[in-house]
Amino acid sequence: MNEVDGDVKKMMIILSKATLDNVYAAFILANGARSEGIEAEMFFTFFGLEAVHKKKLEHLHVATVGNPAMHIPTMLGGFPGMEAMATTMMKKEMEKIDIPPVHEFLDILSASGVKLWACRLAMDMFHYKKEDLYEGLDDVLTVGGFYERAKGVGTHMLFI
Amino acid sequence: MTQTKMIGNKAITVNEEGYLVDFSHWDKQVAETIAKEVNIDLSQRHWEVLNFLQDQHKKEVALNIRKVGSSGVVSIKEFYTLFPQGPLKTATKIAGIPKPASCI
Repeated sequence: MNEVDGDVKKMMIILSKATLDNVYAAFILANGARSEGIEAEMFFTFFGLEAVHKKKLEHLHVATVGNPAMHIPTMLGGFPGMEAMATTMMKKEMEKIDIPPVHEFLDILSASGVKLWACRLAMDMFHYKKEDLYEGLDDVLTVGGFYERAKGVGTHMLFI
Repeated sequence: MTQTKMIGNKAITVNEEGYLVDFSHWDKQVAETIAKEVNIDLSQRHWEVLNFLQDQHKKEVALNIRKVGSSGVVSIKEFYTLFPQGPLKTATKIAGIPKPASCI
């Protein structure tokens, strides 16, 4: 990095996954940037689009299969109800430390000035229309459009 | 590391980030001086928010943006308009209370 003072001025966060832990990591990083006076923009692509899909955003899950940090044997993780149970537990713990549910978190991000963009290509792939998505979404954008918005000294890009 | 800062003819102690170490040093002039350093002219609305934050601190409520937004005192949008550069961080500094440690 060859920047004036190394200050982070803007975070461009790309969310490509819809498991609850990834979605929250992205949201918390975006919100945390704004609370430090850093600009933040989010790009929802591939499965990440589910985090801004009106009908799906309230039903995101944690992954119990293929997630060694769950400390559940892979075989058991696949049993019916396991994901729902793990998700309920996680949501309960998050509420205790004041982490808002997905829709409320989007409202907070939007009110805090985080720009929310949906990926054009992923929208086409999943046959989503703009009206299917969260009302506070800024717009649908191409990758090129997102890069264009990243211009300037002190911009950092993060892929989740 | 703390340091001493002169405001008017009063000496106040602040930490390395400029937050008051002792709330008893705080008064309106201190608030106005810290606000000026971050280019904020305190209006009536600023004061309402600052009073709310101080009150929450007195009640030992751990502050975060969600709590401020649902307080009914100020919306998150207005909070960002009043204190554009990181509202909770800036407002607590002006209010003379510690910087919130929350990630939310």
